[in-house]
Amino acid sequence: MSRGIPSVVIVDDHRIFRTGVRAELADLVEVLGEAESVEEAIGLIADTQPDVVLLDVHMPGGGGVEVIREVFSVRPDQRFLALSVSDAPEDVIAVVRAGARGYVTKTITGPELADAVSRVRDGDAVFSPRLAGFVLDAFADSLPADEVDPELDQLTSREREVLRYIARGYLYKEIAHRLGISAKTVEAHVSSVLRKLQLSNRHELSRWAVSRRLVD
Amino acid sequence: MGKPASQPLRRDEANSVVAGVCAGIGRRFAIDPAVPRIGFVVIAIGTSGIGALAYLLLWAVIPAETGDGEPRRPRRRGSWRIATGVGLLALSIVLAFRQLGVWWSDALVWPLVLAAFGVALLWSLTRPAPEESPAEAATDGARRARRSREAAGRFSLAGFGVALVLGAGLLFLWANGVLDAAGDAALAALVVIVGLGLVLAPLWWRFARSLAAERAERIRSQERAELAAHLHDSVLQTLALVQRRADDPSDVAQLARRQERELRAWLAGAPPLAPGERLADALRAAAVEIEETRGTPIEVVVVGDCPLDDRLEAFVAATREALTNAAKFAADGGPIRLYAEIEDARVKAFVDDRGEGFDPDRVPPDRRGLRESIIGRIERQGGHAEVRSGPGRGTEVELTLARSE
Repeated sequence: MSRGIPSVVIVDDHRIFRTGVRAELADLVEVLGEAESVEEAIGLIADTQPDVVLLDVHMPGGGGVEVIREVFSVRPDQRFLALSVSDAPEDVIAVVRAGARGYVTKTITGPELADAVSRVRDGDAVFSPRLAGFVLDAFADSLPADEVDPELDQLTSREREVLRYIARGYLYKEIAHRLGISAKTVEAHVSSVLRKLQLSNRHELSRWAVSRRLVD
Repeated sequence: MGKPASQPLRRDEANSVVAGVCAGIGRRFAIDPAVPRIGFVVIAIGTSGIGALAYLLLWAVIPAETGDGEPRRPRRRGSWRIATGVGLLALSIVLAFRQLGVWWSDALVWPLVLAAFGVALLWSLTRPAPEESPAEAATDGARRARRSREAAGRFSLAGFGVALVLGAGLLFLWANGVLDAAGDAALAALVVIVGLGLVLAPLWWRFARSLAAERAERIRSQERAELAAHLHDSVLQTLALVQRRADDPSDVAQLARRQERELRAWLAGAPPLAPGERLADALRAAAVEIEETRGTPIEVVVVGDCPLDDRLEAFVAATREALTNAAKFAADGGPIRLYAEIEDARVKAFVDDRGEGFDPDRVPPDRRGLRESIIGRIERQGGHAEVRSGPGRGTEVELTLARSE
């Protein structure tokens, strides 16, 4: 685990937003560069090798998913944190399934964002309340027993509990206190959920996201 | 009786002894109703009961007076008079049957007459008391005195009626020699059961009526509580906001306009549910509305969804009130969070804030918001509300409601 101030690049097609994030993170994070398109981002990441890429979900030319796919082919250990104003579940789920280690909304405060960046750098997952809600929703239906891989297709009741508190906006240490477990254990549960989210064969995941899109 | 000739023959139930036949005849021909009454009794005795059959026939044929011809004397027919009338009628019928050669035996007939008399007495007591005139109702003491007098009178009459019916039963048993020959227990039991049924039926009837009245009262008070909760959520909240923003005329005007629209819509009757309305949308809309009115950010996460119904509307209203409370008292603690979980069996909503918190045991009882608009509202729908807070540690409100079906 690396320590110290994490380094990031900001990938977003809105300059005002990049400037805003850079200002917010000024003393907390080292910003190595900014990119506003998919190609630019791929080159920049290869050149600067940041700890974490702050990645907009929506971008012309394939969006965040395309960036992740390209970078993973040369740097499989690169860590991504998705940032978005879009709350469309299909986009969020897609970018997390592609390999982002977390998703936060753009309304997040500077210190919270810096904290999230550090956590992603350390290999943990970062779930915003909204992502927790999406996951609870997507894993809500019970599958027929013969189709289920319990390792990947189901959440444990403890994981559900943790996600519920995240959805309610509680911090990890508050959740740890409530459940009488350590913050590290909370982290472990969240990482386990992330893994399930990325690897589960639940064919509903995409169908669910699309259907939610229609409802929202 | 101004123009008697122009009036058709009608039974005058208001002045009746039995069914108002004689009173009607008397009115129609402008004579004292006592004349036809005495006439009927004489004929009935003279013909050994045929006259009574004629009376029954007239009862059936002549319609009762309807409409509002003359102001009636609103009065209760005395229980005694009805009972006597029915008893006499029963006697007449029996005599008529005897005259016609149909006669069972003294052992059957006399108990029958006695029982008819007693049952008529009991049943006449179960009719509701007449409406009180306002003047009577005005003095509480007088009314109570009158009530207790009436109750006592009714009680002794009822006792007499019961005695008559039971006596008739015993008379029947004795006359048939069943009391001696105890072997015929089945007949004895049957008679007792029939007697008890006749006696208890009026009591049961009254009991059912008072249950219905109580239920109506409960519904009325529930409606009052809903109305109070609605006024609190809308009008009182707006007035509080208006006071706080008194220095900004355009803000105040906007608040007043919105409240007016809302109140008008409500008075015109709540709009029917649009078929497409969903609970998740309603919760989000409520959060947006409070965010706009209060200027406090609210983060909403909803898991699952379902169509709205009346109970879920109440659930949304309670959630909205919890959000309003949080926006009012905990706005400086950062965004308010609403998390809702909609499952097949139940819906759940959490409203969390990081405000100053409070001691739930020390909320003044007049704080309608918490007690009525949130807890009361959910509990009236059979749900459950829990408020956890403490000084310095924020507040969480948990609302749970089982879904219908």
